Amino acid sequence: MTGPGSQWLDDEAGPIVRSYALTRGRARPATGEAFDMITMVSTVAQPRSGSPGIGPEHLDILEMCVRPQPVAEIAARLRLPLVVVRVLLGDLLHHRLIVATRPQPESGTLSKEHLLREVLDGLQAL
Amino acid sequence: MVSKPSEVAGPAEDEESVPAAPVAVKILVAGGFGVGKTTLVGAVSEIRPLQTEELLTDRGVGVDDTDGVEQKTTTTVAMDFGRITIRDGLVLYLFGTPGQDRFWFMWDELSFGALGAVVLADTRRLADCFPAVDYFENRGLPFVIGVNCFDDGYDYTAEEIREALDVGRGAPVVLCDVRERASGKEVLTTLVKHLLAVHQEQNRENVSAL
Repeated sequence: MTGPGSQWLDDEAGPIVRSYALTRGRARPATGEAFDMITMVSTVAQPRSGSPGIGPEHLDILEMCVRPQPVAEIAARLRLPLVVVRVLLGDLLHHRLIVATRPQPESGTLSKEHLLREVLDGLQAL
Repeated sequence: MVSKPSEVAGPAEDEESVPAAPVAVKILVAGGFGVGKTTLVGAVSEIRPLQTEELLTDRGVGVDDTDGVEQKTTTTVAMDFGRITIRDGLVLYLFGTPGQDRFWFMWDELSFGALGAVVLADTRRLADCFPAVDYFENRGLPFVIGVNCFDDGYDYTAEEIREALDVGRGAPVVLCDVRERASGKEVLTTLVKHLLAVHQEQNRENVSAL
């Protein structure tokens, strides 16, 4: 590929709807949440029918996150750029339809060691 | 199309009753273009590597400009990642970093909260991994160097690679074949053992500083 607009693109180019149309031109989530790639998203409620501002992509996310999913998997499975998914997640968080669980911050020293040992055991069992 | 949800979850006030989300941790896989980052991720991941894309808007430079109209071009940076379920409730994600140096700022986001990193090196183009080594050293993120042994690559020992990269005694160097699951697994376990050692070292230093 030689660049945008230079050739006729097929399915590989992704959806015909521009990403920013899905977010109505917004580049940042409505809430302050940063949505790290491994922030876990869990669906906690369904929107009332006809909730303003909730589109099909929002519903896709809600359906997917009945089992908690990280932001990166949501973006990959919906084939949407991260920046778009973050905006959509911000909407859902604003409507209190999802809960976002951030990756564990560096908590106590013991727990970090415990975590690393668990990861090591898990890897060795592969 | 989305089917109408058959069961309606409780209202938002019930947030506390939602089952705890799994804890996710991440390890980065860095290195030059074509060194085998995605191959390594794929060899150990329980899913076929998935891809996320980040859209970057650059002010157009050097594009065929239409007189004075400011052009913006959108660049897509793709990142491949895989998943390893460590146990119920603990999931490890492996992220391949974008190969090109000009996406450094993406690395900041990726390395935030990461446990550590694997820097993959190719003995035919050793210099390609220097930026990643520098980056993780500056950031203080512990890493191991995985030397992917290509069939037509030169035969170096781990010690020779360590000297060539000037990483001192800090980072372990592992020779590997990233196409092999067992080999990829060894790279990762070496990293996590190293992370444990670094962690314990830091604890000792903290204690003696008291």
